[in-house]
Amino acid sequence: MSKIGVVTFPGSLDDGDAARAARISGAEVVRLWHADPELHGVDAVVLPGGFSYGDYLRCGAIARFAPVMEAVADAARGGMPVMGICNGFQILCEAHLLPGALTRNQHLHFRNRDQWLRMENTDTAWTNHFTDRQEILIPVKNGEGCYVADQRTLDELEANGQIVARYIRGNPNGSTRDIAAIRNEAGNVLGIMPHPEHAVEALTGPSLDGLGFFSSVLRHLAGAAA
Amino acid sequence: MSDITIDTVKDAEATPDDLQPYLELGLKDDEYQRIKQILGRRPTQSELAMYSIMWSEHCSYKSSKVHLRQFGEKAPQSDRMLAGMGENAGVIQVSEKLAVTFKVESHNHPSFVEPYQGAATGVGGIVRDILAMGARPILVMDSLRFGAADHPDTQRVLPGVVAGVGGYGNCLGLPNVGGEVFFDECYQGNPLVNALSLGVLPVDGLQRKEADGPGNIVVLMGAKTGRDGIGGVSVLASATFDDASEQRRPSVQVGDPFTEKLLIESCLELYQAKLIVGVQDLGGAGLTCALTETAAAAGTGMDIQLEKVHLREASMEPHEILASESQERMLFIVEPAKLDAVLGIAQLWGVIATPIGVVTDTGRVRITFHGETVVDVPPGSLADDGPVYARPLREPADLILLQADRAETLPRPHHDYQLKDTLLKLAASPNLCDRAWVTEQYDRYVLGNTVLAQPEDSGVVRLDEETGLGVALSLDCNSRFARLDPYEGAKLALAEAYRNVAVTGAEPVAVTDCLNFGSPEDPAVMWQFAEAVRGIADGCQELGIPVTGGNVSFYNQTGAIAIHPTPVVGVLGLLENVAHRVPMGFAHAGDVLVLLGETGLELSGSEWAWVAHGHLGGRPPKVDFGREMAIAAFMQRAAETGLVRSAHDLSDGGLAQALLESVLRKGFGATVTLPTDLEPFVSLFSESAGRVLLTVPVGHRQAFEQLLAEHELPATVLGQVDDEGADLTVIGHGEAGRFAVSQAELREAFSGALPRLFGAGEPGAAESPVSAGAVAAAVLTETVVVETPAETVVATESVLLAEGEPVAQAGEAGQPEGEQPTDQQ
Repeated sequence: MSKIGVVTFPGSLDDGDAARAARISGAEVVRLWHADPELHGVDAVVLPGGFSYGDYLRCGAIARFAPVMEAVADAARGGMPVMGICNGFQILCEAHLLPGALTRNQHLHFRNRDQWLRMENTDTAWTNHFTDRQEILIPVKNGEGCYVADQRTLDELEANGQIVARYIRGNPNGSTRDIAAIRNEAGNVLGIMPHPEHAVEALTGPSLDGLGFFSSVLRHLAGAAA
Repeated sequence: MSDITIDTVKDAEATPDDLQPYLELGLKDDEYQRIKQILGRRPTQSELAMYSIMWSEHCSYKSSKVHLRQFGEKAPQSDRMLAGMGENAGVIQVSEKLAVTFKVESHNHPSFVEPYQGAATGVGGIVRDILAMGARPILVMDSLRFGAADHPDTQRVLPGVVAGVGGYGNCLGLPNVGGEVFFDECYQGNPLVNALSLGVLPVDGLQRKEADGPGNIVVLMGAKTGRDGIGGVSVLASATFDDASEQRRPSVQVGDPFTEKLLIESCLELYQAKLIVGVQDLGGAGLTCALTETAAAAGTGMDIQLEKVHLREASMEPHEILASESQERMLFIVEPAKLDAVLGIAQLWGVIATPIGVVTDTGRVRITFHGETVVDVPPGSLADDGPVYARPLREPADLILLQADRAETLPRPHHDYQLKDTLLKLAASPNLCDRAWVTEQYDRYVLGNTVLAQPEDSGVVRLDEETGLGVALSLDCNSRFARLDPYEGAKLALAEAYRNVAVTGAEPVAVTDCLNFGSPEDPAVMWQFAEAVRGIADGCQELGIPVTGGNVSFYNQTGAIAIHPTPVVGVLGLLENVAHRVPMGFAHAGDVLVLLGETGLELSGSEWAWVAHGHLGGRPPKVDFGREMAIAAFMQRAAETGLVRSAHDLSDGGLAQALLESVLRKGFGATVTLPTDLEPFVSLFSESAGRVLLTVPVGHRQAFEQLLAEHELPATVLGQVDDEGADLTVIGHGEAGRFAVSQAELREAFSGALPRLFGAGEPGAAESPVSAGAVAAAVLTETVVVETPAETVVATESVLLAEGEPVAQAGEAGQPEGEQPTDQQ
């Protein structure tokens, strides 16, 4: 069984949810601790949502220096699938594993709503289970989810197919070019502002669309093993 | 140590006749004499500060105690109740292994002075109450009341309060699953911010506050102690403010939810490892309350070395340290052998933990500061033996005239086009319109157990993933009804919260309340309070569910004008399996639309009377608890058997509002034929209690009718659910022939109202893009202004308030509290 590691930083909040989602998808879950530099043999890592270190200084700015992040960054450069959700996305940007930055929502409010996305790239470790231009519904909830980058970076992201999902039927935070998720060039590192882990049970989520991210990585890992 | 002079016990003995500022601290002459009697000398400065806080309205319930006893006397005994009033929060057993604890509490005045931090620390305070019982907090709810929606000051208060509730709760990772937002000009100078939290704990994991075991160590954990809230609640609780009170500037604590999150995780590890003897949170009255309550509860004493407390400002004096209401602190009683383990867990989470003293068998709390004794008191005299007043009561002089001025005699529309206009106008009114502008600022998904959240009638949250066991919660009050008749109004609040829980299919089991009133020194206000308490107590007796705890907030008053009596009631329900919950909203074309209950001509206090005529008068709708119980029993059966697809409680705005909310929830239209034996306007806009709008799949109709008959419930078939996107069509009779409203029209009226008042918030559309610099500036103004609360918070004239808890025992440490003077002398 593939092992998915879920990191807990001080102030992580959706770590339990990410673990539940991975479990429901059929993965073995390994909880990773911010102060422990070991990855304990996991095959993929999820950096969950929350307010790591109270969002002090800048969202994700302190978490990137946590001992576990050194191991995560090394593994990511080596091709290990890593998904950062919300605060995890912010950490990935701060750690320079993904380009650009997440800034305060344009309307200055925290916003939580069920959000439609369009999948723009299914050639990643985390999205291969979706079909191109598939529309999915998962919750978004953030205060600092407005993705920004310079024009050249944005154009490169477009050209390389690194924009993985865009907001449709309304942009909840003013994100540039409606960007909801991006990947690195290699396709193993994904940053996503909405929360797939909150759309994995009919009882508690607006859909089951979030499961696709976890089943994608399991398929990816199974393919890599084969 | 600085060169300040500390008033020691020795000094107090040596200078018995020194004048002391007890009046300024809110103590009456006879109260001051009693303190001298208890101590056999004058109190030291620190002792005086402690008594003034602990004997304040907020901590001692001196005005409310005699009334609140009814909750205990009239409450049915419940096997489920593991802890009740007198504790930080009531505890209810929900399964063989699990219990939940829940309570609602006010943080009104601080939220007016500094809306963001006032509301944020309100959430932080109630969460620590839940934590102190041994529970993991798993949700929050908020009940908010503001002045007129279009008043300029509401533009300041509401966005700040909402951002504060969200900012703190979101950062703690607690889903906000429901609550209320209500506007009325009576709250202009006194907005109400009531916050509820619920936690879950193992049945054998209930924590005690008793400081047992002489020799055990007293440990303070959490944030450093600063100068926030020095002087305690006493002054603001004491009397009406006037211009001369300006120097007693209140200050509001500044919350740090990140520290609280770490504190929560540390506490839960301590509980799980069974490392502590006792625990108490620090809220209102800070260290003073936590020390004296824990010692008094155990009948022990304490020797405390105050200089060991970690301070934010080194120059703080003993009375300031004792009175500080700095947030995010807990007090533990720890066996010496376990101290290292306790400190180790604190270190793991990066939380400061400091041994500050020991438990003794002296029966006295003795506090030294650098070797000098500054406090030597019997703790029970502070915690339990505060003054109790039976204050005079008098029915408000204007009540008879008010009740005679009935809304049923107001001119009301008859034509169908007028009814449509009324429906849309009400839908867009501040009290009935869509709350999404507020609730979208709250995380409702975190923890992954939220089954229903706003705008549903109740928040429904799963406790156990394997069995599906869960809770349903609702907070309600219509204060206009309470203004017209506080006894009936309180019963109506209880009935509505009970019904909101019941319509999900949950079994209502317990009650918490937050009683917000004006000055208890006004006999008319005190009469309203007594009537409201009697109403809740009588209602709970009839319903067979106990009040397990809550909070009293007096002095919500500007000058001579008090707020409407506002007894906010929270009802807790249980669902054996949350998968059976009944949601609101039409969801399937062809379903039969049924109205449960009966509609009478009851328009007094209604939203229509207010919106259409600016009218408040008459008597509120009647309450029939027997009917409410029958509805609850029916809904539990209907939910278990899956007979109904949706249910929605009828309350403010009547049937018309319930219809439009049910249409917009999932976008299915409906065709409704109003009963011919009632005037169409009354069918649509009357606010009779005991009614529920249901949809029933056609195939279940027969079984449904059988179940109705078993529960002897009256019901009316109103029509059917139409296709997705279809209009809401209403067929009346006479002049009110027929009208149809498109969903676009409904949505524009209903969902556009709050954004029109408080900003659209659509990035790139309604608002121009904001530069990063402007964003940073906005962030700064929002959060940094109160970094030095003592200096920046504006004094407010004629605004006062006290907060306390309806518990038989005085002096809760649990309240978040904030209305503080900055200088004590």
